Parts: sequence; C-alpha cells; structure tokens
Amino acid sequence: MSATARVCQAASCLSLHSDRVLQALTERVADAGLADVTVKRVGCLGLCAAGPLVDLPERGRLLANVQPDDLGEVVEALRDGPRAAPAPQAPFFSRQVRVVTENSGRVDPEDIDDYRAHRGYEALATALGLMTPAQVIDEVVRSGLRGRGGAGYPTGLKWATVAKATGAIKYVICNADEGDPGAFMDRSVLESDPHRVLEGMAIAGYAVGASEGTIYCRAEYPLAAARIQTAIGQAERAGLLGPRIADTPFGFSVQLRLGAGAYVCGEETALIASIEGGRGTPRPRPPYPAVSGLRAQPTLINNVETFASVAPIIRNGGDWYASIGTATSKGTKVFALAGRVVNTGLVEVPMGTTLREIVYDIGGGIVGGRPCKAVQTGGPSGGCIPSEHLDTPVDYESLAALGSIMGSGGMVVMDDETCMVDLAKYFMDFCRDESCGKCLPCRVGTAQLHMLLTRICEGEASLADLRQLEALCDMVQRTSLCGLGQNAPNPVFSTLRFFRDEYLEHIEERRCPAGVCPVPSPAVAR
Amino acid sequence: MGALLAELIPPNDGERWSAVDARMRQLGYAPDALIEVLHTVQETFGYLGTEALAAVSAALGVPLSRVYGVATFYSFFTLAPHGRHTCVVCTGTACHISGASAILAAVEAEARLRPGETAADGSLSLLTTRCPGTCSLAPVVILDGDVEGKLAPAAVVGWLRAL
Repeated sequence: MSATARVCQAASCLSLHSDRVLQALTERVADAGLADVTVKRVGCLGLCAAGPLVDLPERGRLLANVQPDDLGEVVEALRDGPRAAPAPQAPFFSRQVRVVTENSGRVDPEDIDDYRAHRGYEALATALGLMTPAQVIDEVVRSGLRGRGGAGYPTGLKWATVAKATGAIKYVICNADEGDPGAFMDRSVLESDPHRVLEGMAIAGYAVGASEGTIYCRAEYPLAAARIQTAIGQAERAGLLGPRIADTPFGFSVQLRLGAGAYVCGEETALIASIEGGRGTPRPRPPYPAVSGLRAQPTLINNVETFASVAPIIRNGGDWYASIGTATSKGTKVFALAGRVVNTGLVEVPMGTTLREIVYDIGGGIVGGRPCKAVQTGGPSGGCIPSEHLDTPVDYESLAALGSIMGSGGMVVMDDETCMVDLAKYFMDFCRDESCGKCLPCRVGTAQLHMLLTRICEGEASLADLRQLEALCDMVQRTSLCGLGQNAPNPVFSTLRFFRDEYLEHIEERRCPAGVCPVPSPAVAR
Repeated sequence: MGALLAELIPPNDGERWSAVDARMRQLGYAPDALIEVLHTVQETFGYLGTEALAAVSAALGVPLSRVYGVATFYSFFTLAPHGRHTCVVCTGTACHISGASAILAAVEAEARLRPGETAADGSLSLLTTRCPGTCSLAPVVILDGDVEGKLAPAAVVGWLRAL
C-alpha cells in the first residue's frame, strides 16, 4: 500500500538539519526498493520541540528527533504497512482545530500543484466567478473575522471602508513584519503554505478593487521570503496572479518587499513609509491607510494570519467560520507556544480555549514539572497573565480585561524561575531600542522607564521611584504617537498589577525572589 | 552600467557593482527601491561603505543624507564590515528567560567584545538579534549563519576557542 513520509522543512526543523533527513530518507527509501513510498517536503508539523519531525500519515505515526544517520525506524515503519490500530492522537494534536494551518505539514510549500490539489485557489475562483465584490465582503463580515495582527479590528469593516474609498489606484499590503520576540506564527504560515496568503490577498484585492499587492516581510525570515517569492512566480505562471486572473477582467499582482530590522515597521503607517523606501517612522492617524495609505492611495493592510483565514471563509462560508469561537471572537487563533513549556511549537485553537488547556493539555505542562508562574501574550505591547487566571478563555475581551492583549499570537510561558521585574525591564529595553525617535514621550520616556526598572532590579530604588515609574508609564501611554510607545508601558502595568509584591521585595528588602536580578544582599548594601 | 555610477565606484569593484546595478535596473532605478538596493549592496559587499552609499544616492536620485538616514535607521544594515566569523546571540523573550544573558556575558568575556563590536584583527563580530522565530530551540545562537539551539554558555565559548 502506498505511503508518504512528510519531512518538515520549516526553519526550526531545518536548524536541526532536517534537510539532511529529507535527502538521506529519499536515498534510503530508494535503496530499500520501496517504490510506493513518497518522501515529501512539507512545512511546519507543529511540534517544534521534538524536531526534526517526520510524519507518516498512512502509518499513523509521527517520529520525533529523527537523525539523518539513524533512519532505521522510519524505513521499517514505512515497510511494515499500517498498524492494526493507529495510536490515538496526542492531546497536542487532538485539541487543535486547524483552519489557517490546515495545510501546514501536509502540502509541499514550493509546489503550487500540491496546493491546488488541496482545494487551493478554489476560493479565488469562486469569488471571481460566482460572487460580486460586495458579496465577498459580506461573507467576511458574516465570518466575524477580526485582524490577527493584534488589534482585532473587524476585517470585513476594514475591507468595506477600503472598497468605498476612492483613488486612482488601490493597494493591498500584507504585514509580514512579525516583530514580537517569541512570536513565529507568520513565519510558519509563510514557510508552510505561502499560496494561501497570496490567495487571501488576491480575494481581498478583488473585494476592495485593488490591483497591486505588497508583502512586507521581515529580513530575519529569509526562508519565508524565498518561499513567498517562489510562490509568486508559480502563481503568475499559472495565471492566478497578474492580468486577467482565471479569464476574468480582474488583475492583481503581488511583489515582495523586505524589511531591514525595525520593530516599529509593524505599525501600519511606519510600514508604508518603509515600503516607500524611507525610514520607518509612523505618522498620526487619521487619515487611516484605508483612505490614504501607500503613495497616498486607499490601502488595505492586514497581517499574514488574517489573509490566511480568507480562503477557508470563502470556501466554507462566513457562517461556518462564525460557528467556531466565542460571541465576540470568532474562528481560530494560531499561537506560537514558547518558553518553559514542554511542547513548544505552533498551535491553532478555537477562540475561547482556556490558557490552561493551551499550557497543560496541548503544551504538556511546564518543563521539569515546575509551577507555571505566568503566561505572556502580546509581546512588548502585551502583558503577563498570572497562573491564578489560567482558566481565562482566550478571546480579545478576556485578555484585555486582564490587562494583556491578544497580540499577534506569541505566547511565552514562564515558570517560578522568571523574575517579573526583570521581564518588565527586558521589554522596556526592547522598546527603548526599537523606539524610532520621532516623538518625545516614546524616545525619552522608554529610556527613563528602563532606567527606573534597572534601579529596581539592582536594589537601588526607593518607593518614590516606584511612584515615578507609574506616573511616567501613564504619561508615555497617553501621549506617544503610535502603538509602540502607547503600549510600551503595558508589561510594567501588567506585572505591577499581579506581581506588585515582587517589585516591593526588590525595593524594600533588596531581594529578587526568583534569584534572577543582581540585587546586593541587605548586609552588603549600604 | 550608467556613466555616473562608473565614475563613483572604485574600478576594481566593477564586477561586484554590476550585480548591484543589475538589481537597480530590475527595480527601474525607482527612489522607493532604496531599501531593496541597500540589501543587495550589503549582500554583495558585506556592508554599506561610504562610496556605495554615494553611488546608490546618485543612481536612484535620492539625497545622500536620506540614504544615510535609511542605512542607519534599520538594524539589519551595517556601515562597517563584519569579522570573518559572526556570533549572533538571540535576545528574544523565550531565549531571555532560558539563559540568553548568561550566554551573552560568557561570550563578551571570552571575546572581549561588546554586542555590535568587531575584533581589531577582524576575526569575529559579536551581535545580538531579537528573535529569528525558532523559539523551540531557545536559547539560540547563530554561529556563522547556522542557527544552533539549546546551548549552554560553555558550548558557545568552546566554539569561539575552536575558531
């Protein structure tokens, strides 16, 4: 019976030399005379912690830590035929619902024919052939999809605004400047299923009346950029991008632009400035890009995961998508699970799944059985949710109520060896480094906040410094020009809210309870 | 290659410059292609030299001040060549809570370099990055372009000594 061996060729497994696994396995399968076995390059299989991964779907087995010089088990499993009873799926997989990542680890990311064999570009054909632009927008509105870049603005509403705007030309931009440290959802989607993003962009272009698209991808993701470039070329040759797509009057082209290492370019007006070849500095809104964006024309900007959600919505209907998730947060969300959790990797869950399910059922709990201290979401713009709130459902409103944000999907799990003051200082250091310098509250404020946090960490602060810290956080939040500065105080607010005792221990007792900070012991200090 | 460009560049770099010029031609010498062109210059020469910035400025018709402004805004660009070897320590969140600071401190002490510096003999550059997105391997160090994960400080120091 024929069988497939899917070998992960996304960045994490590749760093563990899965390219050599792919090559060696191809040779071994040929040597063993297994004529009915196909060895296939695929994208992310999800469980990055156990890479390099090889998936044998017909055998019901996922093999972990596969080494190129030790392929005996893989070859034997391929030779043996199906097991009598396939092992039940581990909770890491069975608790996930895969919409955005439905093809990840299944299709060859560098083969458009394989994508099309998995219903790829079917949604584009449906939209162009059977639907008006207004009907496409209506379907996206009905889906309840909200922007997956972090802010959660209703996608259908944004599309409708751009559709109504007038301009000589309209643009679609895909924000692939995934800058939050600890976040790798967009990298994984682009590396695993790039055509899905192109299809979503083309459908969006049709819906809003745009003819040109740009993917702005961060330079730290060379493999994602290469796969997108390959996909663009393939789609153009297949007549799925370019003029007169699928023999309709609609034409849409996509170009790739590389970032160059600036976190602020994730902010939409800074991103546009960067695409225009300048320094990535934001400008005040309004006007919003929907009215005046790239080259002062109406511009639709969504992030990778948002565009990647579009094809299934058009294929299965907005009502289907809206049936997943909660009342206000529809559909699924992809998270990059990282930090002190056992099963680090890429997971996709219905909105409303609790943090506890993600950390303990899917994530397999904390490394070494240590206690979970907090879960950080939203990166430098987000907050820390303490373990007593692990039963919080993951949706936009619940996370905001706890002083964090959904963010783009980075989820870093922390155990009791993490100092929350050090973590706040870490994020402030990040924001200080990445502040573009245009507005004073962010440029100077983040530097002052970092200085105050350093003082606390080093046991040199007084309670007056703590009051100063809170007052300054409030000012930076209220007066900064863009999201970077406005949200930079969030990690401080959030850790102060739930871990104020740790701050006080650093200040009053000159002690770091987690043993991280270089606080001099009380006997030595002064 | 344009006559103006030919005047601006050192003659022995002509071959490498033709790669940059080909890229500029492909991009239609558009001023808004500045960042793409700087990427190509850095790929070709390893850094953005003063002559290179002047040549790009002339070819794209973008004032040199603006070219310099862009080149210094983005952390990916470097105005000085890196050493023969590079050691890039990830300081992303997952690496931070998994011991990146200890790795960085060990490398700083061993190489006697601060992040962003290159050894006087040009042997090594020490750099930091904020997350290449392979957090399952934390803590991560990128040694000569290869992402290495789950490292102890001693392992990185061992690599530096073996250079």
